[in-house]
Amino acid sequence: MTTVTLLFWAATYAQAALALAGCLALLRILIGPRAQDRVLAIDAFYIVAMLLFIVTGMKLGTPFFFEAALVIGICGFVGTVALGKFLLRGEVIE
Amino acid sequence: MTALEVMPLWLALPVALLMVIGATLTFLGALGLLRLRTFYERIHAPTLGTSWGTAAILLASLISWGWLQDRVILHEIVIGFFVMITTPVTLMVLGAAALKRDRDDDPGSVPPPVSRPTAPPAAADGAGPAPEPAPGAARR
Repeated sequence: MTTVTLLFWAATYAQAALALAGCLALLRILIGPRAQDRVLAIDAFYIVAMLLFIVTGMKLGTPFFFEAALVIGICGFVGTVALGKFLLRGEVIE
Repeated sequence: MTALEVMPLWLALPVALLMVIGATLTFLGALGLLRLRTFYERIHAPTLGTSWGTAAILLASLISWGWLQDRVILHEIVIGFFVMITTPVTLMVLGAAALKRDRDDDPGSVPPPVSRPTAPPAAADGAGPAPEPAPGAARR
């Protein structure tokens, strides 16, 4: 019983901390002074979302969140590199 | 809580500790992303979450799922390896883009491009190809 309580509260704390971290990254997306700040915040946000999915899947006991986390990791990397290369090419669209 | 109900205490303790450590490190990285002042300071903060935040939470998931299914799970290692490979690539591209944009807007705010070692002798000779490496270096 005490083991279940320990793991439940650890997973709940992890979910709360990761959700708060996602909120901070979203705030940086909103107030970021320039485009590279927003791209960096998007990069941090998808990492946080991936970790939140893994913790939620561990807490609920379903393996389906794990596949979603894998897809988020791959697509987020491709999106961030595409945005970074776009910024590197110059001011096409601000 | 079906996955975590049947775990013994000696295994539940490190799993809980790894989850708490990983979530705390990721939160601190996001806090640094919000609070640091310049972009070149901010680019370092989320790596706290991509290095040990990701590693600790994936390790906790690896231990718990591996114990539950009674075999070695390799899916988490795939995600961890992928994040470990892609984070430096992302940050290098973003840093290069930010440096270029800052140089285009306000050249005095960031250091100038490093000139190539072969450029000064060519410039001293006054030969034809001397001006050619300089725009290449500036463009990069």
